[in-house]
Amino acid sequence: MNALLKHRLTWPVLALVLLLVLNQLFRSDFLSVRVQDGHLYGSLIDILRNGAPTILIALGMTLVIASRGIDLSVGAVAAIAGAVSCTYIYNSPDPTSLRTAAIGVSIAVVAGLALGLWNGFLVAVIGIQPIIATLVLMTAGRGLAQLVTDGQIISVSNDPYQAIGAGFFLGLPISILIAVAAFAVAGLLTRRTALGTLIEAVGINPVASRLAGLNARTITWTVYVFSGLCAAIAGLMISSNVTAADANNAGLYIEMDAILAVVIGGTSLAGGRYSLVGTLVGALIIQTLTTTVYTLGIPPEVTLVFKALVVIIVCLLQSSKARTLLGKRKRPLTEQAEVKVAV
Amino acid sequence: MNEIVPVVDMNNISIEFPGVKALDGVSLRLFQGEVHALMGENGAGKSTLIKALTGVYAIDGGTITVMGVQHSFSTPAEAQAARISTVYQEVNLCPNLSVEENILLGREPRRRGGIHWREVRRKAKDVLEQLQLGHIDPGSILSSHSIAIQQLVAIARSVQVDAKVLILDEPTSSLDSDEVQQLFTVIRTLRDRGVAILFVSHFLEQVYDISDRMTVLRNGKLVGEFMTRDLPRMGLISKMIGKEMDALAELEEAESRREPDRSERVPFVQAENLGRKGSVQDVTVAIHAGEILGLAGLLGSGRTETARLLFGADRADQGQLRIGGTARTLRTPRSAIDQGVAFSSENRKEEGLISDLSVRDNLVLAMQASKGWLRRVPGHTQDQLAEKFIRALDIRPANKDALIQNLSGGNQQKVLLARWLITNPKLLILDEPTRGIDIGAKTQIQKLISSLASDGMSIIFISAELEEVLRLSDHIAILKDRRMVADIPNDGVTMEDVMTIIAGSNA
Repeated sequence: MNALLKHRLTWPVLALVLLLVLNQLFRSDFLSVRVQDGHLYGSLIDILRNGAPTILIALGMTLVIASRGIDLSVGAVAAIAGAVSCTYIYNSPDPTSLRTAAIGVSIAVVAGLALGLWNGFLVAVIGIQPIIATLVLMTAGRGLAQLVTDGQIISVSNDPYQAIGAGFFLGLPISILIAVAAFAVAGLLTRRTALGTLIEAVGINPVASRLAGLNARTITWTVYVFSGLCAAIAGLMISSNVTAADANNAGLYIEMDAILAVVIGGTSLAGGRYSLVGTLVGALIIQTLTTTVYTLGIPPEVTLVFKALVVIIVCLLQSSKARTLLGKRKRPLTEQAEVKVAV
Repeated sequence: MNEIVPVVDMNNISIEFPGVKALDGVSLRLFQGEVHALMGENGAGKSTLIKALTGVYAIDGGTITVMGVQHSFSTPAEAQAARISTVYQEVNLCPNLSVEENILLGREPRRRGGIHWREVRRKAKDVLEQLQLGHIDPGSILSSHSIAIQQLVAIARSVQVDAKVLILDEPTSSLDSDEVQQLFTVIRTLRDRGVAILFVSHFLEQVYDISDRMTVLRNGKLVGEFMTRDLPRMGLISKMIGKEMDALAELEEAESRREPDRSERVPFVQAENLGRKGSVQDVTVAIHAGEILGLAGLLGSGRTETARLLFGADRADQGQLRIGGTARTLRTPRSAIDQGVAFSSENRKEEGLISDLSVRDNLVLAMQASKGWLRRVPGHTQDQLAEKFIRALDIRPANKDALIQNLSGGNQQKVLLARWLITNPKLLILDEPTRGIDIGAKTQIQKLISSLASDGMSIIFISAELEEVLRLSDHIAILKDRRMVADIPNDGVTMEDVMTIIAGSNA
């Protein structure tokens, strides 16, 4: 029992369950999932489908944060990805074909990789602090997206393209299938190879890692490229879901949601140990929250306040210090890092 | 000696951590105007006892009485309020503030709602002069001073709060001998003013030089309290390690080692006038397989810098380096490692440990780095390697899943050594591998170095303890003022010989 209480996923999972129960209390059909036109429908499915971009971006963000960095540019990268693909499809001679969609998607993915390379270059090679380095693209990126779309909202009608964000496969939303696949690949890639441990090592102690022979620069670079890729795919989902590229509003504030998801999932912003499953749970909490706001009929003006409240409660529950203060007073372990068990 | 009431009386203290009894019924008495040494091996419970006294750990049993009042400290602030000051090995001050700001931090004299800077200066100057440290400019930035001066400033701060008890935790481990004497002068001044001083150090000579009384701990238990003058060095060592001189005998054994095979024509590593601007110059060494090269020199003479050049941690911009007979330019540690060079830094915490990872992850890190991220060392191989080296080096606790930050210093050092041994290097550079670790672990590591060399590994051995360098090395390179001034074969070289070279050479 005690071990369960201390597990870092216990509180986030509990929070998620509580949120779902709360919704069910207010809307009795909340948890029901029904089949309609061969697709699964219901609030839970909506949460998964709408949450897919956040989940993907949070996935990339987890590895960046584990390496002691942060990527603020993901929202802008998502907007650019949507902008380039939609602009290409809009201007192509055959704007409805699968081939056009595929090329559009490829361009967006390449753009995401290139922007990730740029971020990684600034952080790993030039040595700019991650928050500043990615702030550059966060602000400039929206401008770039506007340049691409010429300041317009570009609407496309291309069925294959639309499927990315709004389509269903085997009854499930394609977007969530993509996100889950990305999670599985990332999980295998980081835990079946040594990449995960090496990222953690660089995040915990970059100097020692370099002296142990790690190529810290390449590892840091890699995580930013991966984050750029995730953001690009998320941008495709967002623009595909609304069949339009909106340079100003696509993926707006999604970096904040992603960072929150990572933190709620138990990965420290100081870098080091990370949990992909934790991030998944965190992202689901964020998305469920957004849905809860609608279910409870909370006025849109205070939506952000409500979100913030829930987030702070989850974070407090996770902090062992806060739990100690709330519960009975235990042995004060001041600086966690300083405590050495003498054996 | 005044056998009146002790200033601090810790009686029958017990502290438990999950699964470990860190302290078991330990008592410690500190008297006014005395320097009291706390002795014991790593893991004996010295740090834990100090942390109990300074309020970092709450105690599970026993009593702490300070100046007749019983306390139960649960925060460091409460201990400070009881006039107990601590100076740690790593200086806990603000390096970017001035000396005077550090001395009076949090207690600045005020005037009209602002800080009365002239008064700050006057008070800081006053305290420094009391300690005969008038030469330190109170307005200078703390980080512009050496560690030794920074420690003295930390002590000055404790004088300013009129501390009755001053705890010095390994204050001398990064000081050279002049600095140690300067520190001791200050300690004696404070002692004569009636401060009770608790002194923790691994340097036996220093303990005998400065302390009046000592308490010896072993495995979390009290061995006893002794007057320093009544306890000879051998007696102290045997009380600390708990067995008669076995370890010391082993030390002697370490000497008898096969002569390195110098018939091999090409030295494994050969540096000629290797150097780097602002770092170290004129590094000329040749190391054959199975040879131990000792680097001798004072603190700051360029020993570590030499090691970093040979490992590619810093890039050389002068001279030549040949490894295995081929000219090489080392741009990164990676390129040195690929040539079979390994480097264990003196700075365990900052440059060695990956604190949040397990012993096993730390052990295989260098090997994994060599193989690249794609080819993960299989889990069962990791376990086998970890178990093998935990057994071979007697790493405690023998738990490969323990977080490395929870191990004692000596055991962390063994893990870092093992990290490189796993990669099977041809040249192992060890920078202060025995610093700050107890005599038992020290002996083990020295023996290990000898046997590795016997097996054909080349070793560069760096230590501030000249004795140790002389005992282990086949030849000795001497550094002075960031220049290599001599490289002599070790056939009966004495400490005096080395000292003469250091004193005599005009670099």
